[in-house]
Amino acid sequence: MVQALKTAFPHTIPVLTGYFFMGAAMAILMVTSGIPAIWATIMAVAIYAGSGQFVMVGLLAAGFDPVATFLVILMVNARHIFYGLANLTRFRDFDRYRWYLIFSLTDETFALFSSVKVPPEIEERKFLTAIAVLDQLYWIAGCTVGAFAGTLITFDVTGIEFVMTALFVVILIQKLQEKDGRSPAFVGLAVAVICRLAFGSEAFIISTMIALVAVFALLRPRLDPVEAA
Amino acid sequence: MSEFQIGIMVACGAAATILTRFLPFWLFGTREPPRFVLYLGRTLPPAVMAMLVVFCLKDAKVLTWPFGIPEILGVAITAGLYLWRKNMLLCVIVGTASYMALLQFVFPAMANS
Repeated sequence: MVQALKTAFPHTIPVLTGYFFMGAAMAILMVTSGIPAIWATIMAVAIYAGSGQFVMVGLLAAGFDPVATFLVILMVNARHIFYGLANLTRFRDFDRYRWYLIFSLTDETFALFSSVKVPPEIEERKFLTAIAVLDQLYWIAGCTVGAFAGTLITFDVTGIEFVMTALFVVILIQKLQEKDGRSPAFVGLAVAVICRLAFGSEAFIISTMIALVAVFALLRPRLDPVEAA
Repeated sequence: MSEFQIGIMVACGAAATILTRFLPFWLFGTREPPRFVLYLGRTLPPAVMAMLVVFCLKDAKVLTWPFGIPEILGVAITAGLYLWRKNMLLCVIVGTASYMALLQFVFPAMANS
């Protein structure tokens, strides 16, 4: 596992940067809203979802409403269902490792899983677990530092969130260059842009998810000719 | 709000998140998934990567100043550098640094709005 962590580390550096500062930003916002600092760490361990935790801060500030919290977080994080579907067969033989891999499947961890080449000398399940563990540690560190020592970050980090955009842009390019990835990537890009323009920012995730499943169902004879027959 | 109530809310947020991550495995974990689900499992990752890029950029101001110029330049620099050097880490760092410099020094009005 130590070797897996060492080999995985370089792949996770973009996530380290993004998670540390975004976790800190979330925690500073949370403390400013009057929530005790320790809850930033607890949420980083138990919820571990970037945009979900930003929304949690707003929900906590709005007052006690567990049902609304459950439903809103369900909507915000619904895209995770796709990450599970994409890894159904991959995780199947991962034994006890799979429970943590499923629990920790964030946007960024999923993106790294989709792009990394597992080195031949390391077991795939250990390599993926190493990535997942490192990513969550960065997030916990960012949330904790932000909550307890947020005032120590004095330099201007405006725009640091672009590190995630850049990571997704690079992996999208990789997918566009793969023979099997090109068509689905173009479909995804077209559907996402159209949904953003048609349904606005608030309904973006849900509308894109529904539209993607519908469009892929319609395109199945083209994209999956053997299976669809 | 008491710490107990915060705890209940956080537990609800955690339960909802865990549900979104485990649902596919609870539905299809022990049996062979339908072929349509396997097909989605193959086609969704590239499509979702495009969705995440748009998700990150969905609140960029494109109709008012600065017309999405920092985002367009940031993506162009990241993509161009990746096509040129094929080095993920390098272009993520340079792309992000360029975007931050654009926001903070070239289009500082946007950073404060």
